[in-house]
Amino acid sequence: MISRSFFRAIALLVNMLPFAVFAQDSNPEMADTMRSNGKIYVVLACVLMVLAGLIAFLFVVEKRLSKLEKENQVIK
Amino acid sequence: MPKISWWKWVSILLLIYAVVLGFLGPIPRLHIVNESIRNTYFHVPMWFGMIFLLGASVWNSIQYLRHSRLEYDMLSHAYVQVGILFGALGLVTGMLWANYTWGAPWSNDPKQTASAIGLLIYFGYLVLRGSLNSEKERAKVSAVYSIFAFAIFIPLIWVLPRFTDSLHPGNGGNPAFGKYDMDNQMRMVFYPAVIGWTLMGFWFGNLIVRISRLQNKFSAL
Repeated sequence: MISRSFFRAIALLVNMLPFAVFAQDSNPEMADTMRSNGKIYVVLACVLMVLAGLIAFLFVVEKRLSKLEKENQVIK
Repeated sequence: MPKISWWKWVSILLLIYAVVLGFLGPIPRLHIVNESIRNTYFHVPMWFGMIFLLGASVWNSIQYLRHSRLEYDMLSHAYVQVGILFGALGLVTGMLWANYTWGAPWSNDPKQTASAIGLLIYFGYLVLRGSLNSEKERAKVSAVYSIFAFAIFIPLIWVLPRFTDSLHPGNGGNPAFGKYDMDNQMRMVFYPAVIGWTLMGFWFGNLIVRISRLQNKFSAL
C-alpha cells in the first residue's frame, strides 16, 4: 500500500515542475547584439559617434565660413 | 545645413563605410597582429593622405613660382599644415600599434626613423615661414623649400626603407600589400578608407585656405 506521504511528495514535485522548467531556461532571448563578439559593437558605436561629432563640427565651421564669405564677398 | 561640395559628402560616406567595415569586416587570421590588422584601415590612410596633401602642396608651390599669385602660396601652406597633422597622427598611431606587435613603440625601424626626419623637415618649413615677414619673399622661399622637402621626403619614407630590412611589411624586398599582409576583402575596405581620409584632409585644407582668404581681405582693408 502506497503511503500518503508518497502522494504528498509526488504532488510537491508536480507542483515544482513549472519552476524547474523555468529554471532550465536560464538563457532567455534578449537584445544582446551590443554584448556579442566581445562587445566590439560598443567600440564601433563610440568611433561612429566621434566621427559624427567631427563631421558636425566641420559643418558648423562650414556654415560660419560661408556666412563670412557672403558678407565679405570672397570668391571661393 | 550649409551647402558643401560633392566630394565632401563622398568623404563622409566613405569614412562611415570604412569605419563600419573596418571593425566588422572579414580579415585574415594571422599570428602576432591578430585583430590589430584592422589598423591598416586607420593608420596607413594617414600616410597615404599625407603624401597626397604634400603632393598638392608641391603642385601649388610650382604654380606660385610660375604665376606669383598669393592664392597658390595660401593653398600650399594649408596643405602642408594638414599634411603635418596627418603625418603626426600616422606616427603616433604607428607607435601604438608597434608597441603591441613589434614589442616597443620605437625600434628605430628605417621607416619610423625616416618619417620622423621627414616630419622634422616639414616643421622646418613652418619655422621658415614664421621667420619671414615680407609676404612675397615668404611665399617664394617657402615654395622652393616645399618642393625640395617633398623631393627628399618621398625617397626617404617610400624608397630607401625598401632597400633595407624593416619591420614594416613591403620592405627588405617583399612587395607591400601582397598576399601576406592584405587580401582582396581587405582591399575593399582599405582603398575606400584611403580615399575617404584623403578627401577629409583636403576638406581641412579647404577650410584653412578660406580662413586665410578672409584674413587677407581683412588685412587689405
